[in-house]
Amino acid sequence: MASESAEGYPAYYVPHNSKYPIWTAVSLILVMAGLGLWLVQLKNDYADPTQLLFVAGALALGVTLFFWFSKVIKENFAGLVSPQLNRSYVWSMGWFIFSEVMFFAAFFGALFYVRSFAVPWLGGEGDKALTGEYLWPDFNRQWPVLQNPDATAVPGPAESMAAPPLDSLSRLLSWGTYLPFWNTVILLASSVTIHFAHTALKNDRRRNLNAWMVVTILLGVLFLALQVEEYVLAYTEMGLTLNSGIYGSTFFLLTGFHGFHVTLGTFMLIVIALRCFKGHFNTRDQFGFEAVSWYWHFVDVVWLGLFTFVYVL
Amino acid sequence: MAFMSRLSRLSVALAGLFCSAFVLADSTMMEAIPPFNMTQGVTSISQEAYWLHMAVFWITVGIGLVVFGVMFWSMIFHRRSPDRQPATFDDNKALEITWTVAAFLILVVMAWPATMTMLKIGDTSDSDLTIEARGYQWKWQYKYLDEDRNAQVSFFSNLATPAGEIENRQTKGEYYLLEVDEMLVIPTHRKVRFLVTSNDVIHAFWVPDFGIKSDAIPGYINERWVRVEQPGIYRGQCTELCGRNHGFMPIVVRAVEAAEYDQWYAQKLAQQKEIDALSQQEWTAEQLFSLGEEVYVKHCLVCHQANGQGVPPAFPSLVGTEMVLTDKEGHIDIVYNGKAGTAMQAFGVQLNPVDLAAVIHYERHAWGNDSGDVTTPLDILKFAQKQ
Amino acid sequence: MAEATASTHIEHSGPDAGITRWLYTTNHKDIGTLYLWFSFLMFLFGGVLALVVRAELFQPGLQFIEPQLFNQMTTMHGLIMVFGAIMPAFVGFANWLIPMMVGAPDMALPRMNNLSFWILPFAFAMLASTFLMPGGAPDFGWTFYAPLSTTYAPDSVTFFILAIHLMGASSIMGSINIIATILNMRTPGMKLMDMPLFVWSWLITAYLLIAVMPVLAGVVTMMLFDIHFGTSFFNAAGGGDPVLFQHVFWFFGHPEVYIMILPAFGIVSHVIPAFSRKPLFGYSSMVYAMAAIAIMSMVVWAHHMFTVGMPTVAQLIFMYLTMLIAVPTGVKVFNWISTMWRGSITYETPMMFAIAFIILFTLGGFTGIMLAIAPADYQYHDTYFVVAHFHYVLVAGALFGIFSGIYYWFPKWSGKMYNEGLAKLHFWLSFIGFNLTFFVQHFSGLAGMPRRIPDYALQFADFNMISSIGAYLFGFSQLLFLFILVSAIRSGKPATQEVWDNAEGLEWTVPTPAPYHTFETPPEFKSRRAH
Ligand code: HEA
Ligand code: HEA
Ligand code: HEC
Ligand code: CUA
Ligand SMILES: [Cu+2]
Repeated sequence: MASESAEGYPAYYVPHNSKYPIWTAVSLILVMAGLGLWLVQLKNDYADPTQLLFVAGALALGVTLFFWFSKVIKENFAGLVSPQLNRSYVWSMGWFIFSEVMFFAAFFGALFYVRSFAVPWLGGEGDKALTGEYLWPDFNRQWPVLQNPDATAVPGPAESMAAPPLDSLSRLLSWGTYLPFWNTVILLASSVTIHFAHTALKNDRRRNLNAWMVVTILLGVLFLALQVEEYVLAYTEMGLTLNSGIYGSTFFLLTGFHGFHVTLGTFMLIVIALRCFKGHFNTRDQFGFEAVSWYWHFVDVVWLGLFTFVYVL
Repeated sequence: MAFMSRLSRLSVALAGLFCSAFVLADSTMMEAIPPFNMTQGVTSISQEAYWLHMAVFWITVGIGLVVFGVMFWSMIFHRRSPDRQPATFDDNKALEITWTVAAFLILVVMAWPATMTMLKIGDTSDSDLTIEARGYQWKWQYKYLDEDRNAQVSFFSNLATPAGEIENRQTKGEYYLLEVDEMLVIPTHRKVRFLVTSNDVIHAFWVPDFGIKSDAIPGYINERWVRVEQPGIYRGQCTELCGRNHGFMPIVVRAVEAAEYDQWYAQKLAQQKEIDALSQQEWTAEQLFSLGEEVYVKHCLVCHQANGQGVPPAFPSLVGTEMVLTDKEGHIDIVYNGKAGTAMQAFGVQLNPVDLAAVIHYERHAWGNDSGDVTTPLDILKFAQKQ
Repeated sequence: MAEATASTHIEHSGPDAGITRWLYTTNHKDIGTLYLWFSFLMFLFGGVLALVVRAELFQPGLQFIEPQLFNQMTTMHGLIMVFGAIMPAFVGFANWLIPMMVGAPDMALPRMNNLSFWILPFAFAMLASTFLMPGGAPDFGWTFYAPLSTTYAPDSVTFFILAIHLMGASSIMGSINIIATILNMRTPGMKLMDMPLFVWSWLITAYLLIAVMPVLAGVVTMMLFDIHFGTSFFNAAGGGDPVLFQHVFWFFGHPEVYIMILPAFGIVSHVIPAFSRKPLFGYSSMVYAMAAIAIMSMVVWAHHMFTVGMPTVAQLIFMYLTMLIAVPTGVKVFNWISTMWRGSITYETPMMFAIAFIILFTLGGFTGIMLAIAPADYQYHDTYFVVAHFHYVLVAGALFGIFSGIYYWFPKWSGKMYNEGLAKLHFWLSFIGFNLTFFVQHFSGLAGMPRRIPDYALQFADFNMISSIGAYLFGFSQLLFLFILVSAIRSGKPATQEVWDNAEGLEWTVPTPAPYHTFETPPEFKSRRAH
């Protein structure tokens, strides 16, 4: 419990100083500089590029963040977190998620632009029809783009990931073997299970809490495994790669960054699950848990957007 | 000293500018003064743009007079003084609504004519002639297209200002940086449609006197049109940052009467035919070398430099490299097809076989290179056939 | 733990000794100071690059630097001024002032605050180091249009992209912190509509930052993939479009320019009432105007792209929306002038800069309206007319706003009074130097001089010479500013308790200099406005 100041307001905990931020900054720059070096060397065909800096930075970052978060958790146990500080956390997490929404918005925006403007123009339709007629006479407008405007320079994929249309019963049934459909089911289910876990936490039913956490994590992992399966298929059998033109570009960046966020989310789920097992959180104090669950719901919502616009429509 | 005389000219210019502003733009007193306002140009669009520019300018001058008038009044008469207390009011709804609405109405007044002109710019229908303007790093290619959009006449237009002027070794000519080796020629009184595009990065095609500016986007076509009523030479520049020599890719257009244009066009067509014949002809090593030098200076020098040593790592040296000394096939290949994703363009579509052979031959024998072979137009034709 | 007292929780010792004070600090005032000095350093760095540009443009012909290097100078000048000088300066103000203005003991998340700052020096070190890389620094303009910045870029572009990611992370964390502080840490009784305008301006700016920085991150990520992993976002051959880059960039880029002006609006809204000795006119319309500007700024981006060949209807819509922004901005200008009206005005340095701000920013706004007229913009676009426009709003706008704010709050922060005479001199030199530099650029632009060129046709020679002379005058006057600050800190007269006789706000209620910790318990607050 936070204490109260003389006027009756809970005091706001202001840490005196901390080594963690600057170490985080240093590790971050190591990560970035290392990544840059690595990429540039790869691009210039270095036989064995140096990943050392990158790996060192990533390790340092992991360790620093571990200690930082542990410290915050300890402070929480020490009762330093007033309801007001807790509200700061809540606001921060909310706005952080908003920033993530905008990050995905950039990629969705790119997808919409390409689909409703660039590809039609290249295909000789719309306001800049001459582009297609004059420069790319062989290019036919179609989404997903299987044959690129310059088919020799950028060979397109053999198949796309698009969902089967719903125009007949048999096509409808083929959704049963459609992997992204099952991924949607899995992710939606995981959003429900984490909600159950949360309810269990609020009602102080620890065993249910732990069980639902395990289920949620398993669903997350299953989703990721299926995503990997999908990527392997894309690369080995469908010729759908990052290099296969705009369809591959948008497909992999959108699903890839989503997958990356699911990975992060699963990791966070594991961390809070371990904390749940250790008996952390209680009916009043559960910000850490809620933050992760909001994040998980957010990842889920993004997937719904993806499923609709990348796969189905 | 040139510098001092320029400074004194400057002070005259400045004084002139500040007192006469835009009003005296045409008066004789301004002759010593460099141009400082938007050109009225020679097309209806450029004139409308000028009109809009001046209209909005004067409207903002008007707003400025009122706003700054009130402000200076208050700055002068509402200074702190012992015999006056500051007022305490801090809002006035009626006033606030009034100026919000007023500002909005002023904007509507501006937007109306702007919309009309905008619609006019967008209308490229019913053109008499279509020319493709294609940006390259760092020159323009003009193609005159027929009904089926096949290029009948096509040529490049390069900066013609000598390096000596740019590097301050020679005095600069009147059209410093605004002169080209071959001008774009268009007929007057006809609606000319431009298809603007690019071969590499984004450039922009701008001739101020025509009032058109169009980005040249690689892989896309932008359409613009002009109808020039007055014969003359009109100069512009590439206006989108396009790399090292962005400042050195001018656009010069010669507008001529229709009859003269037709004559020019016929001549151009005949020239094109002639070149095809030349490719078949026998060439000596000396002829190739000297022609090659010309071609090199015109097309390659900007990147690979006069001494052939380039500007590594951006532009590689051509002196003593393996390709230049031994690998003729590879040499033809890179010049003909360029290298995708680098500044090295596919010159196969830009130069005729004679020029290609000559420049390759030149590179293989200049700057101490000695490959000991000869590259002829036939080599190029053979290479092209294999493709 | 319930019995612990408040004082054990706010560990209110003074600052640490030595360098660790700055490395480990969680104190909003220390971090604010760090931000401000860092931004000043970057201002000098970016300024020196501009001076190189101006030296090359002093006369026609190539004098000092090679065109490729010139492009690097222009690019890095723009990048460093925008991301290194102006933005961090405003974050510095936010750090110093927001907790003091809302009566909070510190920022909401002090440790993250430290992280937000310390990322920056590293990110800019990485960006600056690109000058030493083979192929040189970024040379594709601060707007880094693809494919010049992807397929045709020097290798250093990868580091540029990663540096942008770092700055973005820093800005987002900083903004989250500011929003949490403003929404959650106001002293009891301070309603949103009681907040000082600087706080309002930052609440809105922080929202804008969180909304658009991730989009910038998105677009540089697409670049990274086009460069290293063979995607085709900006390549027509693979079905992409170079113009897509511009849409996404300007979706960030236009709000970005308001990010650089809104906090200046906030600062000026404090300075003008203080020296007019009269309450700010139209408080609530000021707030609504800023909110309107912020929201509208997200739907006008394509006015930077009138010439890329958008459909006519799209051009018209973007033209109308852009013009509309003049309304809320005009409201602000009118309100400031009404604040001065029948006031009791004195002309200390902060006020001088604030007045110059209003005049010159308005001029810059007028040229903005001219640029918004699409058919006329066909003639203005990518000429020096645009360069003149944005230096009027950025230098005379954002930067003069910063100068005004520094002179205004510096005595409270440091406890020392600056030398008023020298400060006036700084003002006049800046004012004259600035106008000499940039006023004539309107003319060279209208006469047809494109921007981003190292060499130009002869008819532009005179204007460029004046501009270069002005630039050196303006540049070297900033060394005077440095001198004024340093000498005030080292040997200035102590400032009085109230500093200015009519300054209002909680930050003026604390002792001079402001103690290391302020408002450990929430201060008393009485709303001036009836609700
Ligand atoms: C602080 C930064 C800032 C600010 C505040 C503004 C404000 C505005 N800008 Fe500017 N702008 C830039 C920074 C800024 N800009 C930059 C950096 C670029 C170039 C980027 C690059 O290419 O590198 C640019 C470029 C730019 C362009 C693109 C030009 C081109 O490349 O062709 C346009 C076009 O519409 C434009 C318009 C406007 C408008 C309409 C405003 C309006 O907000 C102005 C509103 C203000 C007023 C109008 C004055 C006060 C109002 C009144 C007194 C009321 C009455 C007035 C009327 C009714 C008219 N700006
Ligand atoms: C954000 C704010 C900002 C600020 C404050 C400035 C400040 C200045 N800018 Fe610039 N400018 C931009 C933003 C800004 N600029 C942007 C975004 C661009 C577009 C870039 C692009 O096209 O991509 C641009 C482009 C630009 C150009 C066009 C270049 C081109 O198109 O090729 C020019 C040319 O004159 C210019 C000039 C100046 C000058 C003279 C200053 C002066 O105010 C600078 C004052 C100088 C100093 C402050 C230096 C002081 C230091 C010393 C005197 C030395 C001291 C030495 C030590 C301490 C070691 N700027
Ligand atoms: C716009 C710049 C530019 C121009 C103009 C240009 N080049 Fe190049 N050139 C390059 C670049 C960049 C490369 C390096 C390509 C690479 O990465 O392999 C190159 C490579 C070459 C090479 C291969 C060098 C080697 O050893 O690998 C030859 C030969 C060459 N150019 C010849 C020419 C000729 C002939 C012309 C004129 C007709 C010309 N170039 C014009 C930029 C240019
Ligand atoms: Cu081509 Cu600039
Ligand atoms: Cu803008």
